[in-house]
Parts: sequence; C-alpha cells; structure tokens
Amino acid sequence: MYTVSSSPHIKSNDSVQGIMRDVIIALIPATFAGIYFFGMQAFLVTLVSVLSCIAAEALWQKLAHRKNTIGDLSAVVTGLLLAFNLPAAVPLWLPAIGGFFAIIIVKQFFGGIGQNIINPALAARAFLLASWPVHMTNFTVDGVSSATVLAILKTGGDKLPSLMNVFIGNVGGCIGETSVLALLIGGAYLIYRKVISWHIPVAYIGSVFILTFILGRSGLMTGNALYEICAGGLILGAIYMATDYSTSPMTKKGQLVFGLGCGILTTIIRLYGGYAEGVSYAILIMSLFVPFIDKFTALRVFGEVK
Amino acid sequence: MGFLTFKKGIHPNDKKDLSMHKAIQDLIPKGNLVFPMQQHIGAPCDPLVKKGDKVLMNQKIGESKAFVSASIYSSISGTVVDVAPRLHSNGTMVLSIIIENDNSYEESNTMIPHSDYEKLSKDELVTIVKEAGIVGMGGAGFPTHIKLTPPAEKTIDSIIINASECEPYLTCDYRLMLEKPNEIVGGLKIILQMFPDATGYIGVEDNKPDAIEAMKKASANINNIQVTPLITKYPQGAEKQLIYSITGREVPSGKLPADASCIVQNVGSAFEIYNAVVNGKPLTERVLTVTGEAIKEPLNLRVKFGTSIEEVIEAAGGFKETPVKVISGGPLMGTTLSSLNIPVIKGTSGVLCLTKEQTKLEEESSCIRCGKCMGVCPMNLNPTKLNSLVLRSKYDDFEKYHGMDCIECGCCSYGCPAKRHLTQTCREGKRTVNINRRKK
Repeated sequence: MYTVSSSPHIKSNDSVQGIMRDVIIALIPATFAGIYFFGMQAFLVTLVSVLSCIAAEALWQKLAHRKNTIGDLSAVVTGLLLAFNLPAAVPLWLPAIGGFFAIIIVKQFFGGIGQNIINPALAARAFLLASWPVHMTNFTVDGVSSATVLAILKTGGDKLPSLMNVFIGNVGGCIGETSVLALLIGGAYLIYRKVISWHIPVAYIGSVFILTFILGRSGLMTGNALYEICAGGLILGAIYMATDYSTSPMTKKGQLVFGLGCGILTTIIRLYGGYAEGVSYAILIMSLFVPFIDKFTALRVFGEVK
Repeated sequence: MGFLTFKKGIHPNDKKDLSMHKAIQDLIPKGNLVFPMQQHIGAPCDPLVKKGDKVLMNQKIGESKAFVSASIYSSISGTVVDVAPRLHSNGTMVLSIIIENDNSYEESNTMIPHSDYEKLSKDELVTIVKEAGIVGMGGAGFPTHIKLTPPAEKTIDSIIINASECEPYLTCDYRLMLEKPNEIVGGLKIILQMFPDATGYIGVEDNKPDAIEAMKKASANINNIQVTPLITKYPQGAEKQLIYSITGREVPSGKLPADASCIVQNVGSAFEIYNAVVNGKPLTERVLTVTGEAIKEPLNLRVKFGTSIEEVIEAAGGFKETPVKVISGGPLMGTTLSSLNIPVIKGTSGVLCLTKEQTKLEEESSCIRCGKCMGVCPMNLNPTKLNSLVLRSKYDDFEKYHGMDCIECGCCSYGCPAKRHLTQTCREGKRTVNINRRKK
C-alpha cells in the first residue's frame, strides 16, 4: 500500500522557519551595530528580550495545550525587534515584561503566528512607552544622556550630529534603529532572498522623503529630506516592521498603498504631532486598515468578466 | 503574435534528464489485461463482450450511446475471462473487462485506413476520431471529437498543439516529437483541414530545443503551421495559460477555449488522430514515462492499454528503493496509486515513483500571510483565502472569490512555506460546489 494524497506531490524547500531564519540573519548587522555603539547593556537588553519572547510563547502554548511552535523562530524575531525599539539604558525587567506582552497579549490572544492584527514588537513598545515613559525616553551614547536626532529637530537645543554619524548610527536612539547602514545591508539581504519585496520600504521611505522635503520644518520646500529619512526609526520600521506579513497587505498594489499611508502618517506625526517620532504609531494604525486595503486591491482574476 | 509566456507560475526542477534520452520501447504484456469502462471524462462505456467471448486486437469492447464518451478497444487478442469491477487509477472500483492474452495479436480490421484523407469531409473526419475512441492524451481524458465540434456560432482561428509538457519528470511527449514528428504534424494538418481558416500552432517549451527543431523541420513547407517556442515555466501546458501564451487571449471565466476561438490538442492526441485517419487504427496503446528516483532505469515505453502498472515498473528494472508514492501522471497534477495492480489507461501519461526524499510529507502550520500563493497562482486567485473559506464550509463565498476558476495546477501548495494544503482544499471546494449545483 503506497501513500495516497491529493496533488501536488512535490514541494519547494521554503519553510516558515527558513523565512524567520533569514530575518534573523538580516538583523545581525544592526544587532552588532547596536552593541558597538551602546555597549554591553544593549546586548543584555537584546538577550532578555529574545529569551522572554521564547519563554512567553512556550509557557502560553503549554498552558493552552497547544502545539509548541518556538521552533519556527518567529518569537526570536519578535524579541530582536522589540529590543531594537528600546533604549539601551532601560532596566532589564522592562524587556522581560515587553516580551510577555508582545507574545501573549498581542500574538497568542489573537491566534498566534499569522493571526495578530498588529505587530507584536511595535505594540509592546507602545505599551511600554505609555507605562514607563521615563525609562523609554532615556537615551544615552557612551554613558552620556543624549537626545535623539528627531527630538533635536523638533525642539531645537543640542547641536545636530552630522549626516555621516546619523547614517552609521553613532547617535542617540533605540538599540537597533540608529545604524542606517547596518539596516540597509540586512534589507538588501531580505530582498535578495525574496523574503520581502521592495514595495513597502520604497513606498514608505519614498513618501517620507518627498513629504518632508515639501512640507519642511521651516516652511515649504525647505526640508532636509535625506537627513530626515536617516533619522529615527524610519529605516528599521520600513524594512523590518511594516513588511511583517501578518500585518501588511498581500498584494503588491496594496503594499504600495500601505507604504504610502505609513509615510503620510509618519510625516504628519513627526512634523506636527506631540511625539518626535511617528513610525511605530503610523505602522500600528495602518495595520488596522490591512483588511480594507486587501479588499480594495484584490487582483483581477484571469479571464474575469466584469 | 503571442507573448510566449503567461503571468506567474513556478520553476520546479524538471528532472527530465532521468528519462529524456531513452528512445521509446515497446512493452509486450505478460499477464491478463484489464480494460476499465471509464477511461475518459463523460459517460462510462457499456461492455460489448461477455465472459467467455473471443476478442481480437483492435476490436471494440466498450461503447456508450452518450455524446460525451469514448469507445474502448481491446489492445490484444484473447478470451474474456471476466467482466467485473476492478481498482482504477482514480481510486475507485470501475466495471472492467479482463482479457487473457493469447499472444497471437490477431487483428480485427474494423476501421478503414485513409491515406487520401484530403478528400474526406469534416464530418467524416470527426466520425473517424470519435470511432477511434481518442481522448485528450495529456491526462484529463476529455473526448477529442467533442473538442473538434465546437458550437457553430464560435469561429475558430487557432488550433494549438500542446507540446509544452510542463510537468517535471515526464518525457513521453518529448520523445514522441523526436521520433514521430511527421505523424504529429500530420495530425495537426488533419485538424486544420476541418478548420481551413485557422492557423496551427505547436507550442513547445524552450527547454526542449531539439523537439522544437524536429517540429520545425516536419512543418517546414506548411504555410498555416507555426512552431512557437515558449518560456519554460510551470504550468505552461495548462490550457488557459497556453492559449494566453500563444494568442494573448484570456479564456473568459467559466468558458471554454472555443470562446477564445481556440482548440487545444495534446501532442499525443494529434499523433493518434493521424494514426486513426491514415492508418485506420483505434486508440489501444500510448507512450508513457516510467520515472522517479525510486525507479532503477527510468525510460519511455509504448504500452498497450490494460497492462498492469506492475509490469510497467518491471520493464524499467523495478524499484531501486521502496517508493513512498506511486503516481499516475506528473508530480504536480498526477494522482497517487494505492497499489500496482492497476491497469494503464488512455490518460496514464507517466508512472512516477517518488522516494521519501522527494515527497516531503510535512505537517501543516498556520498561514503566515506571506502572499507566496497569490504570487504564483496563474489564475490570479487568493489561495489562502479560498483555503480558509473551504475549511469553514463557506462555499458561497468560495464561489464569490472565484474558487471555481482554480485549475488545480498545484503552484500554491508547491510554494507554501507553511505547507498548507491549498490545492487540496480548492479541489474539495470545487467538488462540493459542483455537487450542490447538481442538487438544485
């Protein structure tokens, strides 16, 4: 008796674990950059964040009598991204709480991998920022308190760092967001591996570039667009968070709409909002529109007669 | 002229080198032969012989009065030992005629050869094709005479020979093109005689350059036949995709190729049309590929219908290792066989034996919404959406999201990183909708 099953009988080698492994590989340069610029504390925060996400997933699935899925590595990705969104100087219980919040409340309560409506790491960051705002905005470089580039742009005060420092990441900010160079290297790898497509990052970064130039911080057409896109969490958000499969549209057209929406919201919050940075909230808000975007950008079926 | 390819699809490893260089060999059957009365889409045939009857080779043994059906002929001479249900490659028990071979191959001459077929009318040609029991040789087995008689109001301007053979592993069409190019082109000429205003196209994937050359050579002096090399991509040979590749036209949803002014015939069908008209031979045998990593010596065989799959595998040296799956057809659309005691029928384009390594039997996990299935679906459907609708028995929504347009090519399941059974659920959804429609 031979195995009987429905066709097809051969499968590609792609797997969920393989995709998540690629994302982890892509995040390695930025992890090293974070540790290089923010020291051992950055490493510890990252470690606690990753371990807490894995522990939360394993614990929840044990309590809920569900199949253990830590092997798919998605919890590791969430842990890394959560750490990337935290300042290096936070106390270590903060990433631990964040990891549990991200995995249990945002991911598992909604049904686990692929089912969450907003990105777990971003939602956890928003939760931590609302609950412990002092810890979450204490940015240091070489042990010295240092405002983020966007905060300086918004409120004035300190002297702005050079574009070169902003590009390589030697400025105040969250662990994983400052080094544009490292993030772009990882992004190129993800596009090369076809894990993500260019649509969301290009639409997102492109729209922020154009809008900040046009609107400008000191009048129309005065924006320093290149500097603005390198500052803050835009590159991290556009390449690694806005492209999260669960919380972004599936069609290419939908992805362009999504990226554009994120870009508009980010620019509005950055230039006119109460916060200096708008990337997290822009992505969180746009994620809630994904079902509508998917619906209105549905593909035309081959041979469809309208 | 066409675009030479279609949108989306996949690029699986074609594995054709296992058998592509093996010339077609004839297989002489040893044991009893089993002729299921259902070898085609449409009404099953009624047996014309009973237990104890003597039959001759090429004698008609099954026939139906229904229009959508295809007659069945004995491929050998001998004695009917039983008329009873036997296991069929579709997995069910089907009424079959079992004949003991007397090994004399004594022929019955029921059909008349017409080497001067130019003088025959369209109706006469269609009658010969119908009489010969020819069906689509690609695997689905739709009766050929019905494809050749589209409704009168449809104008047909393109006759397409499907020579793409896009399924991995299979090489029987390729060998036929190398070894019988004139007969294939002859078959196309006969079809073009029925549709004098149409142009004939022979669509071959560009991973078979020598087949393209052979077809070009055989059709060199014929003005209304063009050989069109196609980009190698699965499912290039799916009827709707092939029509799009060659003519740039989309067959409207729920309609037939004739609605895009096309008729598509498989290479094997063209060959059999020639054989029936010019040589007066009914359809009693076919070329198939015996291949896969579990087979000792993969090859291409000309096999008489009714021969058991077991004998076919023996002819290829038997198993190198025990296969996990034995498949009738190709790896992407073929059907699995539970046993080797199943006869070769008109639609058996290959016997593919895969080992554990190729047939990854992995467990499903949750959809991660990566969108890969949408990115490969040649019909532009949303397979993961259709999957979730079928799993929740929402068949009305399944229809609304165009589930009935699914061609079951398997691209979505092939690419899915979560290993979800997307094609399977679409197939199930289509079947359920069709059953519900019939009930109404």
